[in-house]
Amino acid sequence: MIPVDVKVLFKNAQPGRPATFDEYCRGGGYQALSEAIRKLAPKDVTRKVKDSGLRGRGGAGFPAGLKWAGIPEKAGFPRYVIANTDEMEPGTFKDRVLVNTDPHMVIEGTILAGYAVSAQRGIFFIRPSYETDAELLERELQVARAAGYLGKNILGSDFSFDIVVHRSGGRYICGEATAQVNAIMGNRPHPIKGGPHMAEQGLWKRPTLVNNVETLACAPHILQHGPEWFKSLAKTETGAGTKLYGVSGKVHQPGCYELPMGTRLGEIIEEAAGGMMRGSEFKAALPGGASTAFMPKQYYDIEMDFEALKKAGHRLGTGSIVVFDRQSCLVAATLNLTEFFVRESCGLCTPCREGLPFIRDLLWRIENGEGKEGFIPMLREMSAHMRHAYCAFAPGAAEPVEGLLLYFEEEIREHISQRKCPFGEHGTDHAETHH
Amino acid sequence: MMPEGLRKELEARIKEADHARECVVDVMYALQKHYGYLSDEAVLEVASLLGMTALEVDELATFYDFIYREPVGKYVIHACDGVVCWMFGEESLLDYLCNKLNVTVGETTPDGLFTVLPTVCIGYCDHAPAVLVNGRFYGSLTPEKIDAMIEELKRVPSPLVADR
Repeated sequence: MIPVDVKVLFKNAQPGRPATFDEYCRGGGYQALSEAIRKLAPKDVTRKVKDSGLRGRGGAGFPAGLKWAGIPEKAGFPRYVIANTDEMEPGTFKDRVLVNTDPHMVIEGTILAGYAVSAQRGIFFIRPSYETDAELLERELQVARAAGYLGKNILGSDFSFDIVVHRSGGRYICGEATAQVNAIMGNRPHPIKGGPHMAEQGLWKRPTLVNNVETLACAPHILQHGPEWFKSLAKTETGAGTKLYGVSGKVHQPGCYELPMGTRLGEIIEEAAGGMMRGSEFKAALPGGASTAFMPKQYYDIEMDFEALKKAGHRLGTGSIVVFDRQSCLVAATLNLTEFFVRESCGLCTPCREGLPFIRDLLWRIENGEGKEGFIPMLREMSAHMRHAYCAFAPGAAEPVEGLLLYFEEEIREHISQRKCPFGEHGTDHAETHH
Repeated sequence: MMPEGLRKELEARIKEADHARECVVDVMYALQKHYGYLSDEAVLEVASLLGMTALEVDELATFYDFIYREPVGKYVIHACDGVVCWMFGEESLLDYLCNKLNVTVGETTPDGLFTVLPTVCIGYCDHAPAVLVNGRFYGSLTPEKIDAMIEELKRVPSPLVADR
């Protein structure tokens, strides 16, 4: 039995500052890369990642090893690895914490991915709100370069690979892989329908791997300690590794906590985040950011891993838990979430561009006492249309609306019958804060 | 017109890149920093530096949140209106901030110091409600902390580290 406090991604954490290169190396850093380059063929690196059961931490949960193996050995060059550091999912801040805790861990993970798919160039794609992180990464990349872990003929091998930091102009859609590729190429960053096969026709029409930085940070540990060890870190049979769970909202101690994958929601809230804020009672949580559905109290004991949530009709998403208490109006919360998606829609395809404002308008009227009974089936219908959009943005936007309809229809009806928000003007009680 | 030194610096940077166009956001940021915002003149200059049409550049400039196509203050206060900040009273704090500065959303104070722009989740949910000012976070805000933040910014003579 692995102790609950096992730390993998946060093992070198220093209070109030990022771990240095030396601290990272003292913790075993860059050993996985040195070993891999000397002793493993690229495809063996990929196989280990595949065997570890690592799944993408950026939201979709796609098996990382399968993605790496998706780049055919005979595909052309140059090849690219994009470390997605764009993190713009509301409620999500784990990647910011990770980069600031141990920048070299994400750097080594990216180099290993580069080795596994025989890439020449890595790119940290990063949002403008994280400018200080971009500067940190640039500084530490220079340190890694000076130490011989980046650049030409890494550690005397044939493998040459370097990483640049690419600053985004700032839009949520840039987190989507095909949109991100467009953004880097200086095109308007909208997703490409159906997604070109990134493994062969990605950035500059070359083989491209796009992974979230938390996913990449797991790679050195998998190689160092083995796929079986990594799998055994999880609490569930179907899970693998640890997970950076972000917890925010009405909890006593919001933060980013590294716990075994599959830790129960209630445990994360009570043990890691110190329980609910004083005077607050749990009502619902978004399990993985704004594009996941509300989970009511009946799921309080659910194991937070991809499969357990999927089985329950939910999604782990980014594993960033937003907790609402009984004073929070979920109609108003859904309105806020929908406003976000309306603003951030790239506007390219019709369901998203036209449908989301329609949903927003219905929610606004309900929240402001102008709702009608007939709005409920309309919300259902419009949410279902979101499935026809080009990319995962609109279906994600529909998820909180669908959760509201499924679990809190009574709350919508109260708004309609009382012709006002039963929770008061702002739909949330502001008396409680963390100060 | 952009100074010759800046032009040379940007030309060198573009030449160094594998593909010129991948520099477009960086070049927009650089000219925005020079002019204070991405003026029409700047759009034309970005286009000529990168061999793009002005329309192609403007298509990007108007798409991105942190490219300002209109004049902004020395400090742009990006007030987070994500769901977690909303839960902690972001709406009334935004009202407080706007009233204090006597501006509406998107306006700049007459002294040219502050512009207030609501912004999507800035990834500071563990310190909600939060704002981002020229790349720097201010979290767990209250009206008193907003007062202190504004006073601090008024005193700082030079732009912040991460200033663009």
